[in-house]
Amino acid sequence: MTTVDDIPSNLWEECPLCHQLLYTRALEKELWVCPKCGYHFRLHSAQRVQITVDEGSFIPWDNDLPLVDPLQFPGYREKVQQAREKTGLNEAVVTGRATLAGIPLGLGIMDLAFIGGSMGWIVGEKIARLMERCVADQLPVVVFCASGGARMQESLISLMQMPKTSGAVGKLGEAGLPYIGVLTDPTYGGVTASYAFLGDVIIAETGAAMGFAGPRVVEVTNLNLPRGVQTAEFQYEHGMIDILINRQQLRNTLRILLHWFGGTRPEHSENAGASSTALLGEMTDHE
Amino acid sequence: MSKIHIPPSSEASSEQDAQQQVELARHPQRPYTLDYLDRMVTDFVELHGDRRYGDDGAIVAGLGFIQGYPVAIIGHQKGRSASQRRRRNFGMARAEGYRKAMRVMRIAAKVGHPILTLIDTPGADCLEQSESRGISEAIAANQRDMFTLPVPIVVVVIGEGGSGGAIGIGVGDRIMMLEHSYYSVIAPESCAAILWRDSSRNEEAASALKLTAPDALNLGVIDSIISEPGEGAHTDYGQAANLVKEAVLGALTELGDIPPAELMAARYEKFRKMGQPKELQ
Repeated sequence: MTTVDDIPSNLWEECPLCHQLLYTRALEKELWVCPKCGYHFRLHSAQRVQITVDEGSFIPWDNDLPLVDPLQFPGYREKVQQAREKTGLNEAVVTGRATLAGIPLGLGIMDLAFIGGSMGWIVGEKIARLMERCVADQLPVVVFCASGGARMQESLISLMQMPKTSGAVGKLGEAGLPYIGVLTDPTYGGVTASYAFLGDVIIAETGAAMGFAGPRVVEVTNLNLPRGVQTAEFQYEHGMIDILINRQQLRNTLRILLHWFGGTRPEHSENAGASSTALLGEMTDHE
Repeated sequence: MSKIHIPPSSEASSEQDAQQQVELARHPQRPYTLDYLDRMVTDFVELHGDRRYGDDGAIVAGLGFIQGYPVAIIGHQKGRSASQRRRRNFGMARAEGYRKAMRVMRIAAKVGHPILTLIDTPGADCLEQSESRGISEAIAANQRDMFTLPVPIVVVVIGEGGSGGAIGIGVGDRIMMLEHSYYSVIAPESCAAILWRDSSRNEEAASALKLTAPDALNLGVIDSIISEPGEGAHTDYGQAANLVKEAVLGALTELGDIPPAELMAARYEKFRKMGQPKELQ
């Protein structure tokens, strides 16, 4: 698999939103959030692993699933092969086991670099296996979503990954195990309409684009969606998201949630006061 | 801080006493849900939205720790400044608030953690926005479903226990009231307006409604009264929060060892028996 070291690094990065030139090493320290405008750079799965879980704790699962081409779709086999070579990943999601602040969990991280993070049979299979294995191993699950939607080249087989993964989330629920979904930029289509929006707790990174139909699909309908509808902020205002959060608060929030679900007390938890109010964020009524 | 005189006895005997309790429960400096959370809950993570329509500021819901124990917490929030009050809709929750509350309660039920609800509402929102989204159904469904949650539920009326708006998060295994809160099927002035077409007879109504904590205890609607510091909770937020925390922990300890099936059966029986005449017992 790709490691952080393999990703070609430039000395400078330009923020796609405010066009500020940023020193890459400084940006890395900011967890790839533009210090000027707050833009959240899109992350590779390896970067997400690095900033989220305990160093060296991630053990990937199901990395050996064979290439599938159920429709014999023209050019698809080659496209997947190329994506595998380009990214070093076997598909658009990385799954496995890790610890976060010492707490074991099942982890799924989608990777846009692999055919736009689209969901075909392997992505669905890896997500379903993640849920099933976490039922067997009694682990909580966190999935970072980033996806352009369904994998068109697998058509109906891709569509059927939606009920398959949704059903697998249900199995986790029946086992009394928590599932936290993290929606990152961008999350669209079949993934939103299945496991992305089935979390017991749904977290979204600020500014992330998300929606049922991707921008290009909407364009085809000739119906314009008003600007801002397909954003994390819109979804939050409309009751679809629990926690809208800056990436820099994400790991700590996950840590506390995993403690809560596991019934263990987070460390450094002082009796009320500043440490607890830090997370209250916008809920607080103090003006 | 308060100019309101409190009779030394906890018994609300006269009309004036009942009205005083109502005024104290509505005292502008009375601690609200977030004031309690700040003082008795650590690492609170607020959850938002009903996954249907929106997020209701009149109900705060989330996951936190009380003395290290994981608890899901739901509470009405009124707001103190003009802008907060608008955002919190004066603590009058809408359908999406009750649906958010149930969603968060289900998270706790799923993993077997207890639930605490804090009641402080003049009543549920009754405007067109609420009618159009099914406020009645949302409150009804919550009551039905709170009987089926296999985890301990502790309910504390911290301020105003306003009718359906209150009971929509008010079904539980231990129901407690703060000393100067009230719990009623209707606000006294509204009662006076309906029965006597004269809302100025609110004091009379307050007394007749038997809405004080001792009244509710006598009626068997609540299990216990949590005393308040000094002249009321507004005089010492820290002490008030401590007293609530101790009472909640005590209740959770009692309930912790009861098997889920027994807990739910007892909860049903508890409400089944409320108001039953002696001769039928």
